[in-house]
Amino acid sequence: MKIDIILSGVGGQGILSIAAVIGEAALKEGLYMKQAEVHGMSQRGGDVQSNLRLSDKPIASDLIALGQADLIISLEPMESLRYLPFLKKDGWLVTNSQPFINIPNYPEMEKVEAELNKLPHKVVLDVEAIAKEVATSRAANIVMLGAAAPFLKIDFEKIEEGIRSIFGRKGEEVVEMNLKALKAGYDVAQSMQ
Amino acid sequence: MGKHLFLGDEAIAQAAIDAGLSGVYAYPGTPSTEITEYIQASPIAKERGIHSRWSTNEKTAMETALGMSYAGKRTLCCMKHVGLNVAADCFMNAAMSGIHGGMIIVTADDPSMHSSQNEQDNRFYGNFAMIPILEPSNQQEAYDMVYDGFALSEKLGYPILLRITTRMAHSRAGVVTRPQKEENPMSTPADGRQRFVLLPALARKRYKVLLEAQDVFTKESEESTYNQYFDAPNKELGIITTGIAFNYLSENYPEGFEHPVLKITQYPLPRKMVEKLAAECKEILVLEEGFPMVEEQLKGYLNKGVIVHGRLDGTLQREGELNPDAVGRALGKKIESFYAIPEVVEQRPPALCQGCGHRDVYEALNEVLLEYNGAAKVFSDIGCYTLGALPPFRAIDTCIDMGASITMAKGASDAGLFPAVSVIGDSTFTHSGMTGLLDCVNENTPITIIISDNETTAMTGGQDSAGTGRIESICAGIGVDPTHIRVMVPLKKNFEEMKTIIREEIEYKGVSVIIPRRECIQTYARKRKAAKK
Repeated sequence: MKIDIILSGVGGQGILSIAAVIGEAALKEGLYMKQAEVHGMSQRGGDVQSNLRLSDKPIASDLIALGQADLIISLEPMESLRYLPFLKKDGWLVTNSQPFINIPNYPEMEKVEAELNKLPHKVVLDVEAIAKEVATSRAANIVMLGAAAPFLKIDFEKIEEGIRSIFGRKGEEVVEMNLKALKAGYDVAQSMQ
Repeated sequence: MGKHLFLGDEAIAQAAIDAGLSGVYAYPGTPSTEITEYIQASPIAKERGIHSRWSTNEKTAMETALGMSYAGKRTLCCMKHVGLNVAADCFMNAAMSGIHGGMIIVTADDPSMHSSQNEQDNRFYGNFAMIPILEPSNQQEAYDMVYDGFALSEKLGYPILLRITTRMAHSRAGVVTRPQKEENPMSTPADGRQRFVLLPALARKRYKVLLEAQDVFTKESEESTYNQYFDAPNKELGIITTGIAFNYLSENYPEGFEHPVLKITQYPLPRKMVEKLAAECKEILVLEEGFPMVEEQLKGYLNKGVIVHGRLDGTLQREGELNPDAVGRALGKKIESFYAIPEVVEQRPPALCQGCGHRDVYEALNEVLLEYNGAAKVFSDIGCYTLGALPPFRAIDTCIDMGASITMAKGASDAGLFPAVSVIGDSTFTHSGMTGLLDCVNENTPITIIISDNETTAMTGGQDSAGTGRIESICAGIGVDPTHIRVMVPLKKNFEEMKTIIREEIEYKGVSVIIPRRECIQTYARKRKAAKK
């Protein structure tokens, strides 16, 4: 088993929480993992990404090579496109459909959507709307994790355990909310494929 | 003990705690910050009373660490690469005195400048000071090197420089930890006065000792289990990797190496191993994260003898961090990418947070400076407010190094420039701005210094700032006329008042300090959230 994932979004959207939950789940599966993240200046509302690599064999590089990512998970549609050179030919892109507009020259959404439509394998969904429906919009990143879960090659129960251990110290209410968000994302993505 | 998912920084911190650390000394700086933060949050460190409070700058950090080492204890001193420039005086001379308790200096370099103003390779500092350098290739090695590094430092009698880069600092992987060791008891060196009083006559003796130690350091590298030689059939080429470059090479050969490989993670260079590789292989390729240091050492000035490829001859890119593709290309591998970045994708640069006080400061300052028809120059500094360089503000003209805002504005003012305005943050001011302010006071330089005070070290994530609550008294103590120390609250509703204060102080022909003070909205939000619970 080997999977290379690029997580992307805008600083503050919560891609590192997604990475943390997958990391916990991978650890419970007894997998090797490497996860490179970005801290510091790049976090201030700029584009952020994280390279997440899981394997049942030791992993060498912290960074994913061009054309080698199995999956791009993005909390922002334009940001999902930024990392396309890393995607495998038959790789999947799972992205939030709602733009995060904090720059004056953000492209027209139709153009972004047209680019997404060109891709052979993608899941595009409004994670904020789903999160609001089942819990709170703050859980949008976990809805996204749920939507990407079918591609992770990790048991769904292990991801649920990951949620419990990452959010456990924030109380049972937060855990339940995130579990609901996870399941909702999973269900919507399943129905779209 | 057990297996943990650690950032490289966290692995270093945990290893230091496990190895009997008594104190960490540091100033925040990406990508080194998480080492000290981890120790600050560690229950064991708290229970043992391990010192972990932030230092005012890297120089005070290193000197304090050396003092703790003098008193026999194990100490860690951490900084980003440019921080070592600030601490270089102590660093160079700690190599002359040597240490007593084990001392590891961590330099976290930032090739590709993710969050820095240059990409200097601090292995050169290690060579410059002539001390051993460790450069782990993965998080487990980072842990083990620190765990064993204090004992190595004590055995050799010198500080050890541990060099990591962004990808090691900020990448997570599983790390197996080892048993907790006791702290060293307090003791002072028996030969302390011969070593630590660097009067010229004594320093000359110490320098001879340091020169003689070089062979010992090299032997240590040759015997180190961290430096490894991997044999392989195709000897047309031999490859030397340093630090994490080894991982990128391995990534390109999942089925095993094609060419012999010398993996270097401890310096000085293990001479015998390098000679073996050179004797067995026709040409050598050097893969190193950072400047072509090893490549230059192998080539020498005249570049005769063995053919060496690397960053200098263009086999590898001259700048920026390495990655699997850069290394693959150097090895002639085919790199395939299937999708291009669509043209619609725009840059998304970092920006000051909405609601940040620096925004209000720049808005007011920009309006006032318009009155000077472009004559005004704004000398700024290192911190969140450096983002004032970007639209919509475009408010600053310089950002060079910690503290340079005040001193560069002074120099420009000395040259006749008016208005000369400095913009510096509270933490940067106490880090390196106070001495420059004294220069201004001593000459009554006509200068306007804005200390934009958000009561924290914000850019690195909100660490304590050394002068919080005392900025006015520090300025008054240095000798600024108290009537020209003006405090204001940077809020929209105070816009006109802010402009008036800025205008008045620019027109004052002497040293003015304006302190716009409002807490960083990130730390404010975090405190409010914590209070709710």
